[in-house]
Order: sequence, then structure tokens, then C-alpha cells
Amino acid sequence: MSAIVETDGLTREFTVRDGLRRRRLTAVEDLTVRISPGEAVGYIGANGAGKSTTIKMLTGILVPTTGTVTTCGLRPVKDRRRLARQVGVVFGQRSQLWWDLPLRESFRILAAIHSLPAAVERARTDELVERLEMAEFLGTPVRQLSLGQRMRAEVAAALLHAPRLVILDEPTIGLDVLSKQRLREFLVAERRTRGTTLLLTTHDMGDVERLCDRVLVIDHGRLAYDGDLAGLGRATGAERVLAVDLAGPSADLTGIPAARHLSSEAHGLRQRLAFDAEATTAARVFAAVAERAEVLDFTVEEPDIEDVVRRIYAARR
Amino acid sequence: MAEGFALWARLRPYRAVLASRARSQASYRANFALDLVSSLLAALVELAEVWVLFHAVTRLGGLEFHQILLVFGLADLAFSLADLAVGHCDNLPTYVRAGTLDVFYLRPQPLLLQLVTSDVTLRRLARAAVGLVALVAGLATSDISWGVGSVALLVVALTSGCATFGAMFVWAGACQFFLIDGAEMTNAFVYGGRYAATQPASVWSRPLKVVFGFFFPMAFTGFLPTLRLLDLPAPPWLPTWLGWCGPLAALWAWAMALLCWRWGVRHYRGGGG
Amino acid sequence: MTRVYWRLLMAGFRRQSAYRLAALGGLVANATFGLLKVAVLFATVRAAGGEVAGYDVGRISAYIWLSQGLLGSVNLSGRTDIAERIKDGHIAVDFLRPLDVQAAEVTAEVGRALFALIPRGIPMVVIGAVVGMALPASAVSYPLGAASLLLGIVISVAAAYLVGVAGFWLVETRGLQICYMVLSGFFAGLFVPIRLFPRWLGLVAQATPFPSMLMYPVDILSGRVGPGGALALLAAQLAWLVAVGGLGQALTRAGRRRLEVQGG
Repeated sequence: MSAIVETDGLTREFTVRDGLRRRRLTAVEDLTVRISPGEAVGYIGANGAGKSTTIKMLTGILVPTTGTVTTCGLRPVKDRRRLARQVGVVFGQRSQLWWDLPLRESFRILAAIHSLPAAVERARTDELVERLEMAEFLGTPVRQLSLGQRMRAEVAAALLHAPRLVILDEPTIGLDVLSKQRLREFLVAERRTRGTTLLLTTHDMGDVERLCDRVLVIDHGRLAYDGDLAGLGRATGAERVLAVDLAGPSADLTGIPAARHLSSEAHGLRQRLAFDAEATTAARVFAAVAERAEVLDFTVEEPDIEDVVRRIYAARR
Repeated sequence: MAEGFALWARLRPYRAVLASRARSQASYRANFALDLVSSLLAALVELAEVWVLFHAVTRLGGLEFHQILLVFGLADLAFSLADLAVGHCDNLPTYVRAGTLDVFYLRPQPLLLQLVTSDVTLRRLARAAVGLVALVAGLATSDISWGVGSVALLVVALTSGCATFGAMFVWAGACQFFLIDGAEMTNAFVYGGRYAATQPASVWSRPLKVVFGFFFPMAFTGFLPTLRLLDLPAPPWLPTWLGWCGPLAALWAWAMALLCWRWGVRHYRGGGG
Repeated sequence: MTRVYWRLLMAGFRRQSAYRLAALGGLVANATFGLLKVAVLFATVRAAGGEVAGYDVGRISAYIWLSQGLLGSVNLSGRTDIAERIKDGHIAVDFLRPLDVQAAEVTAEVGRALFALIPRGIPMVVIGAVVGMALPASAVSYPLGAASLLLGIVISVAAAYLVGVAGFWLVETRGLQICYMVLSGFFAGLFVPIRLFPRWLGLVAQATPFPSMLMYPVDILSGRVGPGGALALLAAQLAWLVAVGGLGQALTRAGRRRLEVQGG
């Protein structure tokens, strides 16, 4: 089965003028990765680790310095236009829509750009509008949409031509919890019905957990981890954190099995406990806490990406 | 007939974007009106600058005022129309900064074509109106032997002039790939070129002749066609039959622009391609 | 208090040095337009028999290269930083500072303009000297010309300030600014010396502050007016400075009141 994305020793260097001297900066180094059709891959790394550069090389915006890349069986730089028909990209920061036009106009123009026959355009637009619940703001100019509405529109725009590969660059950034969830559900359903391959760069571990079966971690341009999510947890020993708000001042909650006390604020009104996700669950830790004190409120914090990446890096050394 | 229809259909995405941009500009009524006025004012001032000179002299570069009007009208009208259609291209840094250029890469259309059709500057219509009035005034007050030949010459001159100026805007945009904050450098030749095109080339010094006579072929947009049309003697270094060579000048200008565009894109992508 | 303004002047000064490539581009543009003006105006002077309205070839050459050199310093575009700050609302912060907003803006811009004389003014003068241009007959014209230049720059900055301040009342000042740019260049004598205008048009020009920004310093420094005439021009410039500056101060206050009423 031919790969959707295949890179071999992909490297990209930049020359940066630093005052009078020129430095060579390596954004991506020796990346070798193979993504099969239908996979959902999370691509995580700290800011500046090389994620955007990789995506630009996958889509033909940048030329690799050395190494090769093949997307959907095509050379991204040489066959850019053919590739554009098979790939849909959502850039979190850049918009593909026309700012001062009503949303439905953007869809019409995009359908024309991709030469969709009228029947296909109608069916696809209706389907996307319904599943992403965009009917109420179809007539609103894009610049007046809220961030959540705009992201849904961007995803729809990227999927209008039913591409084989969808690349999403930070799609849930800045969204509220409900919008994030809706978007994730939509992407999961889309994969199920069409077998679309998904490549997702994100800072949000929640995205990774709910959407991806495979994770690529990039650190300073190099691939630090390539495998599934469970393995990632094992590799990093990353902990989740339970933060509790108690009814009254309390002593530090130590001695809870498989959990360790991190911090207390305001005489123990607010305490944070770290626990190993492999050894126990949030529910069990919470139950143990509830036995010792009255809990008003709680949150579970995911390990953040920087933490995970740092641990991977440390583990590799 | 069928091929024409197929072409029309293929142009659908470009038409859609252009129509939407045009509608969007016209919809901000007050601003648009003010834009038209300022555009009109700019064109009038440029015309006034020529007119003022003729208060002191009766002939400039061998041409009288009504003949200069013809040069001015042809060149300025061609420039205004080109500016209307592709004037936004020399604003490339804006597209790069906003990430719009990257979005262009993701669409199955040629990059330059997307840039060119991404916008239209309707307020230039006011400028074009001034150029048109000057052209008509020049034609009306000059002694022209009207016939198929002269009409053809006018049409050829105007269309190739538009094409030449269009190439200038694209060339300026392409240069922005290399130059940071380089707008002034390209403005020197785009807007300087417009200024040069409205002058009688007979007054130019040697460096100007090289730059605006041949390299950026401005003399072909107004001066040379006027000489041919009015059957006037030409300076020794520019024979009058060149008045018909507007299309050649346009081809040369576009060749240069497209070459610079390719270099620019290669530079942006960081490598061959 | 003066120390603050001095610092602003220096900051405006230093900011310009960062834009070196832009400066080179500006030079190329200035030189190109200069050569084009030379072509047209020399031909005009020659066609008029060697002299027109007091300009011979040498004096018109001086006019061209001096005005091209001053272009980078005299604000004829009507663009200001303050227009942007009013548009995005940061002006409210400026009003809270113990500095006079108008004085601060003008000082910073004048600093920028003075610095620009070096990379953009000197090369043009050098080109003019090489190509050949007339010089003032009397040595006292130089300090008078320098004073006139400084006044011209300040007037131009203060007048552009008026365009920016209009942003308190207009939503979009771009249209106004473009009209300003077109008219200011024309009436400052940027492309054609004012003396060549027909009488009625020359009177219209004199009724605006624009000639005092560019035409007067250039006339003094090119020797077209002697020291006596220079003093008269300087007096006129001072009058315009007071008028434009006063209007700017009044508009700033009115704009501040308007902001306070609207709730910023």
C-alpha cells in the first residue's frame, strides 16, 4: 500500500544574518517518517521545533535542503498544483477564507477553484454545513465570525474537495472546551466515513489523546519519538496532575498511593497532586482525597507538551 | 463557441474572486468616493504639472501642448488601467506577512495567476478617466489623418501599453521577494516609469534613454506611437516605425517580469523549483 | 523636561539608521526622479531661451537636486505615526503621560527627518555638484538656508500632524492623507517651481503653508533669492509655523476632550 507521506532524511537549513555574521540554522534534520493512508498522526513539539517547516515541505511551500519527501505519491515542489487537489490544510494563523465576504461566498469560490461540479459542490457544502452546524452564520462576513465559528469554517474549507490528506496546524488553539470537542468529533467521524489521513500539529495533549493513534515528537528539528500514545506515556513517565479546592484549610495530602503531593496554597485550601497515569487513575486519587477532606472542586491537568518533550529529550540522552 | 464556453468556465474561480473584491470595494461607499476623489486629484495634478510648463514655452522636446496631451493621455490611460488590474502586485510583502502567499501555494492554480487575480483597485478608474480625457483632447486638437491605420495604431499602442505597465507591477512584486523594505527601489522604476512615459523621450539624457527607452520600454507606450500617429520627425536614435512596436516592448517587459518572478519564487522556497 | 524631548529626538534619529536598505532604495528613487526632472526642466529652460522666471540651467539644476535631497526629510506625504495611534486607540495612553502629545510627536519626527538628511540629502547634493548646479552668491545664504531648512521641516511635520489629528473625528484618514500628499507635493513646488505657475495658481499656492516647506529653503540655498529676500522668506516661515502649530495644539486639545467624552 503506497504511503500518503514518505520522507527520507528530510533536512531544511536556513541562513540567518546575525549582525555581520551569517549562521546556518537547522530547522528540520534528517526526518524519516512514513504515514500510511487512514492514519491519524499527532505531530507535537515545542514552539520553533520544526513543525511548521515540516508541513511547508510536505505541501511544497519550501524546498528541502537535502533528503526527499513524497506526499500522496507526488513531489510537493514539482507537482504542487496536482498535490493541492489531494491535500487540505488548515493553518491556525492564516485564513483560507475571504475576509469581507459572507461565508457561503468563500465556499462557492473554493468550489470553483477546485473545479467541483455543481452537484458535488451542493452535496458536499450541505453535508459540511450540517455536520459542523454552520447554517446560522453562513451569511455572515468571515471577519465577523467568532474564533470557534471561524475554525469550523476553515476545516470545512479544507475538506470541501474531499482530500485524501488533511493537515491541521494548531486547529483548536484558542477554542473553548465545547468547540474543541465538536471539532474533534467531526474529525473522527470524517476519518471513519472517508478514510481521510489526518496529520495534526498541536500543543494540546487533549487533541492528541482523542484524535490520534500515532504520535511524532519533534525536538530541535529531530524526530524524538515515533509510536503510539501509550508508548509515549511510558517513554516519558509523564504524570497527570489533580488540583483540588478543599472546603477548609487542611494539612498537605501526603501518603496517597501512587500520587505525590506537589504544592499547597492558602493554608492547604488548594492543593496539587501528581500521579502516574499508568499506575492509577484520577478517579482513585480523587476518592483517596475525598476520604481525607471535603472537596469543593477539582481539575485534572494534562501534562503539557513542553514537559513531555523535555522528558523525551532527557530520556534519549 | 464550445471552446470559448469551456474557457469561460475555467476562469470561474478567478472571476469569482475578482467580482467579490470589486463588490467589496464599492460597498464602502463613503470611503470609495473619497478614494475616487483623491485618485482624480492625483491625476489632475500630474496633468497640471505638464500644463504649467507650457505657460513658459510653446514647444517641449519638439512637441506642442496638444501633442504632449496625446503622449500623456496614451501613457497615463494605459498605466491607470494596468494599475487597476494588477497594481496590487507590487504589494507582495503584505501578502507574505499575512500568510496569503502560503495559502496560494495550497491551491491548484498557478501562483502568479492567483496573485494577479486576487484583487482589483477600482479607485484607479478616476485616474483612467483623466487619462482618457487627455487622450481625447489630444486627438481632437491634433491634425490626424484618420483611417484604419491610425485607429489600429491607437488600439495597438493602448493595449500593449497596458501590458507593459502590467509587467512593471509584476516585476516590482517579484523583486520584493529579494528586497526587504525594497518598495522604494521598485517604485523608482514603476512610478518613475509612469512619469517618464508621459514625457517626450527626446528630452532624455543618455542614462535615461537606456533605462526607460529600452530596459523598461516606457517610450513605447506614449511617445513613439504619438510620433507615428502625427507623422512627426523622431530623434535620431528612435526611428518612427518603432511606434508600432508596442507589442514587442510588452513581450520584452513580460519576459523580464516572469523571469524575475521565477527567481523570486525560487528564493522564497529556498532552492530550485 | 527638555531632556525628555532630547531623548525623543535622538530616538527618532536612531530609528532611521536601522532602515539601511530602504535608504538605498530611496536613493535610487530620488536619483531617478531627479534625472527625469532634469530632462524635462532643462528642456523647458532651453526652449524658453535659457532662462525662465529667474531660473537658468544652473539654478534649475540646484532646485532639482536640492529638492530631491530634501524629500526624505520634509514630510510631504501626510503620513504620521500619530494617525495610527489614534486609530488603534493607543493615543489614550499618550494623553496620560506628562508630555505634550503634539510636541512629542513633532520632536520625534523632526529627529527622524534630520537624520534622514545624511543618507538621503547629502548624496543628492553630491550628484548635483557633480552634474553642475548654481550656488548662492553670498556666504550668509548658507546659515540662512540651514535655518530655513529646519523651519521647513518642522512646518511640514506640524502640518502632517494636522492630517493625523483629523483621525479624532474621521474614522478613516487615508483618503484625506492621499489628497494631502497630492496637493502638498504640487504646491510645495516639488515637480515644478512655484515661480513657473501662472499668476493665479501661484497666489493659491502662497495661501498654503506648502511652499514654506520646500520651495523657500531651496530658493535660498540655490541662490535664487539673496540674503534680503531670504530674511523675508524666513519671516513668512515663522508665521506659518506659529499658525500651523497653534492649530495643531487646538485640535489636539479638542480631540482629547472628544476622547474623554466618548470614553476613549
